Amino acid sequence: MERIIFYILSIIIVVFAGLSVVNRNIMRSIIYLLFVLLAFAGLYFMMEFNFLGAVQMTVYAGGIIVLYINSIMLVERINSPLDVAKLWRRILAGVISVAGAIMALFAIWSYDFTEVGDESSITIQDVGKSVLNYGEHGYILPFEVISMLLLAAMVGAIVIAKTKKRNAN
Amino acid sequence: MIRLSIFTQIHEWLYSLMPASSAHILELVLIAAAYLGIFAILGLLLVWLERRVAGFFQLRLGPNRVGPIGLFQTIADALKLVSKELTGTVKADHFLYGAAPYFIITTALMAMALIPFSQEIHAFDINIGVFFIASVSSVGVVGIFLAGWASNNKYSLIGGMRTGIQMISYELSIGMVIVTMTTLAGTLQISELIEMQRNGWFIIQGHFPAILAFMIFMIAGTAESNRVPFDLVEAESELGAGFHTEYSGMNFAYFFLAEFVNLFIISSIAVVLFFGGWLAPFGITDGLHIPFIGLFWFGLKVTAIIFIFMWFRWTFPRFRIDQLLTLEWKYLLPINMVNIVVMALMVWLGLIIKF
Repeated sequence: MERIIFYILSIIIVVFAGLSVVNRNIMRSIIYLLFVLLAFAGLYFMMEFNFLGAVQMTVYAGGIIVLYINSIMLVERINSPLDVAKLWRRILAGVISVAGAIMALFAIWSYDFTEVGDESSITIQDVGKSVLNYGEHGYILPFEVISMLLLAAMVGAIVIAKTKKRNAN
Repeated sequence: MIRLSIFTQIHEWLYSLMPASSAHILELVLIAAAYLGIFAILGLLLVWLERRVAGFFQLRLGPNRVGPIGLFQTIADALKLVSKELTGTVKADHFLYGAAPYFIITTALMAMALIPFSQEIHAFDINIGVFFIASVSSVGVVGIFLAGWASNNKYSLIGGMRTGIQMISYELSIGMVIVTMTTLAGTLQISELIEMQRNGWFIIQGHFPAILAFMIFMIAGTAESNRVPFDLVEAESELGAGFHTEYSGMNFAYFFLAEFVNLFIISSIAVVLFFGGWLAPFGITDGLHIPFIGLFWFGLKVTAIIFIFMWFRWTFPRFRIDQLLTLEWKYLLPINMVNIVVMALMVWLGLIIKF
């Protein structure tokens, strides 16, 4: 049963990842990407990484994809298909992709995977404790606080750079 | 976990009938079918309730001809919608146009699985419970964006963009209210959340910050389910019908049903987070062995919350989009952030009310 679900999810990931690259309609590419991300969330749920799966759905499917859709709506000509690149560019891109794929496959095959047994699922309490952990693999909370600071800096930059409204009389 | 005898009987009967693996799959299919049924019935009932409540607030009767007190009116409407022709625009992106309703339906159904109708009727008790509902419903926004964009209609596009922005903004408030209540509870699992409220509901245990969180939740929930006074999505006077202008027949009905089921889900989260889920008030029916008593209390509480949402709908005038965003980002968000800190202090200093 689990094996079947795993293969279904894997096929979804591979097929829609390919489609999202080759499709010339940018909106559809994004939706195919959404399917890929949701299938990844499904894989996490299958491995009982519930929190990670839910974060995947919230951040990637709910956040990033919506951000993409919003930013694409600001782009011109979203209704017409994208231009096809020149031939030598396509060849170059193909060569680089194949090289990357070979490298990744080589890394995967040379790595010695150890089988993990049925671990009990990670609870939200574990996640909370590791966020506040100051030992090894710790210091997540300060890291997140720094990202909040960066966000504040970005908002500040936008506010400063924004042109003032002209007072139309 | 104590199971109702009828469900245990069905479970055992299935397993005695066939090998374990196929019985398991059949059970999953049966549960899915049952939830689809609940989905449809809930949607129809809530539409009927909405119209009756509207009648009540406007000093008229509402639907009262088809069946007893008009109960079958919405079924007749649904039959009419099924028999209607599906129309669409020629220049629309047909794949996305067709897919959009299913995004919304699927996310609503996935969130439904988490709803604890009673101690026994609870399909999926995952350990991240409430967070899972929030994360699933954040995917539903994509469906509305798609419906707005793929219709190839300016009104739809504007409606879709408005909803998208509104739902993203107010999701934040709902998430923060969940964090506030989780600070009090110390768990996200729905069955544990309810069990902890056996000695006083969270709205009493958490007193001041919990009441504030409940008020914010009601506002954000109204916005999240796109209801008046936040129904800019389908502001009839401005946008036709918003993102579903171009949809007809059953595709339109999907949006319509999903909207009401989302209302039910929001109300259920409110009941779970603040009013003790399927627990009886003051434990008055705890000793008695009445079947489906949990379902009764849960239904009663959810109906009360839904009634308040409907009350809002027929009381307040619509907001403007800038007012809506100002309310969220300049008022609710800072209040929420302070509220989380206050709640954390209360829990830390032991100032919560415990019986």
